[in-house]
Amino acid sequence: MTAELYGIAASDGIAIAKTYRLESPSLEFDKKSIDDPALEIERFHTAIAVSSKELELIKEQAETQIGPKEAAIFGAHLMVLSDPELIGPITEKIENDLVNAEFALHEVSDMFMNIFASMDNDYMKERAADIKDVRNRVLAHLLEVRFPNPGLISEKVILLADDLTPSDTVQFNPEFIQGFVTEIGGRTSHSAILARTLEIPAVVGVKKLMASLADETLLIIDGIEGKIIADPTEEQIELYKKRKIDFEDRKTALAALKDAPSVSADGFKVELAANIGSPKDVKSALENGAEAIGLFRTEFLYMGRDSFPTEEQQFEIYSEVLKAMGDKPTVVRTLDIGGDKELSYLDLPKELNPFLGLRAIRLCLEMPDLFRTQLRALLRSSVHGNLNIMFPMIATLDEFRQAKQLFLEEQEKLAAENIPFSKDIEVGIMVEIPSTAVMADLFAKEVDFFSIGTNDLIQYTMAADRMNENVSHLYQPFNPAILRMVKMVIDAAHKEGKWAGMCGEMAGEELAVPILLGLGLDEFSMSASSILKTRSMISSLSKAEMEKHIDSILALATAEDVKNYVSQLVDK
Amino acid sequence: MTEKQFTITDEAGMHARPASALVGTVSKFKSDIQLEYKGKKVNLKSILGVMSLGISSGSVVTISADGEDEDEAMAKIEEAMKAEGISN
Repeated sequence: MTAELYGIAASDGIAIAKTYRLESPSLEFDKKSIDDPALEIERFHTAIAVSSKELELIKEQAETQIGPKEAAIFGAHLMVLSDPELIGPITEKIENDLVNAEFALHEVSDMFMNIFASMDNDYMKERAADIKDVRNRVLAHLLEVRFPNPGLISEKVILLADDLTPSDTVQFNPEFIQGFVTEIGGRTSHSAILARTLEIPAVVGVKKLMASLADETLLIIDGIEGKIIADPTEEQIELYKKRKIDFEDRKTALAALKDAPSVSADGFKVELAANIGSPKDVKSALENGAEAIGLFRTEFLYMGRDSFPTEEQQFEIYSEVLKAMGDKPTVVRTLDIGGDKELSYLDLPKELNPFLGLRAIRLCLEMPDLFRTQLRALLRSSVHGNLNIMFPMIATLDEFRQAKQLFLEEQEKLAAENIPFSKDIEVGIMVEIPSTAVMADLFAKEVDFFSIGTNDLIQYTMAADRMNENVSHLYQPFNPAILRMVKMVIDAAHKEGKWAGMCGEMAGEELAVPILLGLGLDEFSMSASSILKTRSMISSLSKAEMEKHIDSILALATAEDVKNYVSQLVDK
Repeated sequence: MTEKQFTITDEAGMHARPASALVGTVSKFKSDIQLEYKGKKVNLKSILGVMSLGISSGSVVTISADGEDEDEAMAKIEEAMKAEGISN
């Protein structure tokens, strides 16, 4: 019977194939007395022989698919299966104690596992897991239950599992794995990340998955919607076959845009940049065709540790990102901590309104040593690429001037020490507080650029916490108040010959892009996965045409009106 | 019976790879082959036995072979020890 289950869409794509349940079978057994030890020993030897044959095959497969080094582990497992010190005592136990093979195997292998587990050396401790792996394989054959062999999958399947571990996934041949569905895990779990790397669909966090679906059930996996359909109807199969083709066509078309410039239909060039949180995000940014990093959040450097990162540690990280980006610009946002983002080693007083409290640049100006260390590390790293710096949560010109002053002082110190740094660093600000948007004309005379942080700008303008579901309806990116403010900021920048970017989620939103293009936004910074879609959209829009609509859009009364207006424009 | 001492020079001691190589080498011989370390003797044909000793780098082990092909076995053991780089 057809059944639909829902989970988290973890990797794009669609596949239709039979299921393969990857699960550890129950290996429970009872201790039994036996009458015919010869028969029991024969049963034991048969289980060993079958297990050896399987391991030989897995080893061969692993050698050709991953390499001899990774396959060596299975060679060691085979050797355990033929170990006289394991086999001997087990058969003796069956013979002398008249117990079943399962029990004898369990007892003897437990003894070895205990020896390894109690060693001081971590490497040796882990060998206990190898013995357990081999033991479980033999036990499964004795109990006549299926032991999963992902390495032996040789037809197209969709893997179902509670969760996938790295050791499961090194074994299988990606050629045959059409998708993953797991019961636990989120978008960042191992299986989700692996699926995106292999570019196969994945749906994770599907509740009651293993209880609902049997082996070899025909399944449709839709990694775009986060949905699976078991035993689909003919119509559903046809529909999803078509969707799969559409998806693949779209992907090919987008991939062709990776190295294309971001230009509107009428030839206006913009910059499409990526938001990143750590050096490991750079690869995906470049793979998705980012022309710059528009926002490098530096908080991760300060989190998950028990003291502030040193200048040297920061220098390494910034340099790594700048080197990877080469000539392409990287905008680093200085520390945005405090408020709701806490550090275990920084004891800040509890605040009644953390979002309106001591955070970001306010905290950095309160603790200048902390700020100076970051500025110094950034300056030193600037010789490795194209660095720009911006300060978060600027509310007044005084704050910008103070922060800029500290930056200039650190420059002077480095110059005095003969430590090289780039002279071309642009210093800008995040525009996320309404006072700054309103005063943008005066800021524009002193800053090198603006980057509009819409997530905070919207919540401060509307005085609505978007995480608070009672007022989240007031969090309205398309409210004309927000759009008017964005226009003020862009116009102010252009009047002084500066550039304006946006690094909030809005920059990659389908309905926002036409407005932002019409407003003359220079840089759009978003999550890497939205870049190609946005590039494709911009290439189909005319800037001159969008410009003509701006006055009408800004004269609309509500967010709903704006969305309707733009939807109609885009549909034309 | 023939007997010989070896000093384990591999930094990681007697880990899985050289141990498998050694066990694989001696399994072909008929002789009874034993490895002695810190007063404990194990069957060198047993990977679990050898590994369970947790032989660390710099230790001295004594290997003895007793049987019709003992000399040939000892020669192969020496060869394997060198080839695996665990002893010189």
